[in-house]
Amino acid sequence: MEALLLSIELAACVSAILLLCGIPLAYWLANSQWRGKFLLESVVALPLVLPPTVLGFYMLLAMGPRGPLGKLWQALFGRGLAFTFAGLVIASVIYSLPFAVQPLIAAFESVDRKLLDASAVLGAGRLRTFWRVILPLSVPGVVTAAVLSFAHTLGEFGVVLMVGGNLRGITRTVSIDIYDHVQSLEYSEASRLALALLGFSFVVLAIVYGVNRQLGRHAGRRLWTLWAAR
Amino acid sequence: MDTVGGQVNGAVLTAQVRKERRDSAAPFVLDISLEIPSGITILFGPSGAGKSTLLDCLAGLVQPDAARIAIGGEVLFDSSSRTNLPSQKRRIAYVFQSLALFPHLNVEDNVTYGLTHLQQQERRARAREVLAAFRVENLKSRQPGEISGGEKQRVALARSLVTLPRLLLLDEPLTGLDAELKAAIVADLRAWNAAQRIPILYVTHSRDEVDALGERVIAMDHGRIVSAGTPQEVLEAPRRKRLAQAAGFENFLRGTVMDVREADGVMRVRLEASACEIEVPLGYASAGSRAQIAIRAGDILLATEPPRGLSARNVLAGRIVSLDQRGTLVVARVDCGVVFTVHVTPGAARALALALEQKVWLVLKTHSCHLVDD
Repeated sequence: MEALLLSIELAACVSAILLLCGIPLAYWLANSQWRGKFLLESVVALPLVLPPTVLGFYMLLAMGPRGPLGKLWQALFGRGLAFTFAGLVIASVIYSLPFAVQPLIAAFESVDRKLLDASAVLGAGRLRTFWRVILPLSVPGVVTAAVLSFAHTLGEFGVVLMVGGNLRGITRTVSIDIYDHVQSLEYSEASRLALALLGFSFVVLAIVYGVNRQLGRHAGRRLWTLWAAR
Repeated sequence: MDTVGGQVNGAVLTAQVRKERRDSAAPFVLDISLEIPSGITILFGPSGAGKSTLLDCLAGLVQPDAARIAIGGEVLFDSSSRTNLPSQKRRIAYVFQSLALFPHLNVEDNVTYGLTHLQQQERRARAREVLAAFRVENLKSRQPGEISGGEKQRVALARSLVTLPRLLLLDEPLTGLDAELKAAIVADLRAWNAAQRIPILYVTHSRDEVDALGERVIAMDHGRIVSAGTPQEVLEAPRRKRLAQAAGFENFLRGTVMDVREADGVMRVRLEASACEIEVPLGYASAGSRAQIAIRAGDILLATEPPRGLSARNVLAGRIVSLDQRGTLVVARVDCGVVFTVHVTPGAARALALALEQKVWLVLKTHSCHLVDD
């Protein structure tokens, strides 16, 4: 069960960070007129295509004692990054980036441009327009982004194995734990964990989709009302 | 700028705008110079004439290639001095055809959206006042999705006027409303503007709206102003064919001038590809020259027997080739060698028992035949 809790903690951290970084990044990608934008779009989408082991391999090099990330981390916090929970979080953020950014871009782009024009002529700057019009109307996209990055992180295996190794309580996530048990022919242990992961994932997704459906087309409005009334 | 003194009120909009559009389906160059005093001015023209582009340039949503836009003494945009006030600082209200009410905010929050610089209490009070002026105060806690089309249009007007703008742009804001409701909303708008006295630029392509609203009309086509004046002046004597189409002329006929009778004030024109000759008002044309004539479908009389004892000079025999009921209108197409479109009421169509292939006579008053330039 320790491994399952670790996986959930990792997924929660990763989705929180992805929302914080993904929202500005997606907004920029949705609105920028920059010619070289396609390059950044390709970089963001790379984790969709690359095998997790390839991504994990490069992340491992970057996080190693001689890699740029590893050195930076060492200078800032006085310890290494590879085979730590923090390293796992960073690698998972990169790995799940497209799963957060794509739905956010789609949500931001689907907001009627006329609403943005209306906001501007009513005196609102871009930041205010974003907070009061774009974001509230993109709530279903934000929810989707959070769910996808959570689910994707929960289920990851290759990247974790490359970057995190297999340290009990630190980097041994549930998928690795299951693999270990199977390797050691502890099928009952493995099936207990697998079932727990299956059940947990299903319940989380059911709650999110159920709530989203309840909110329906007024998702933005209701959540916004709750938020504004606080 | 927060002053709303007498100097701003009643200020005149002056604008010279040039903007090339190549991207759209109908590329054109907008090249216009306007001076709009306070009160309603109608901007009239067919779709694609550049009306909305002009409004977008004035509001700062589209950047013109070259322009000078000023209200009263204040310059909003000037390409020669590189002045370009962003939209949110122009204090121009703009009601789009789609209205663009924020779907996630209730009516009151929509209306107070532009008032962030005020205290909440002051905001509420201002919203209440303007909602009352447009008779939708009772809707303030409703969502835009829960109110009717006409109510939405009133809320959109209230939202844009609550900020005390110095210019109001309306892009076909009242389409889809019946005439009575339209007139009521316009009356409220006029009442509101009696105190504010700002210029209002009202875009429409509907001839009926021009008749109902306009004291001043500017007609646009292909990105240029083609005429300006009272609705009568602009609509009754369209000078260009495309504008005539927008102004409700369904029939365009080409022909050759046969003779010019100065004394009678008429000329006879033989219609192209037919033996029909009709008498039209005197124009700048000489015998043998080509002419184009526009006639409204509603100006043509239809008779099922040869008419007698009429003052009208033009009576053409033909047969009905199609009959089509469109709402409260029956559209008949009559082949007299040239095919005419004629509008009659459903009652008249029934009384005359109009039917396909029936022989009929068309009566055209000379002064219903308008000469238009090519």
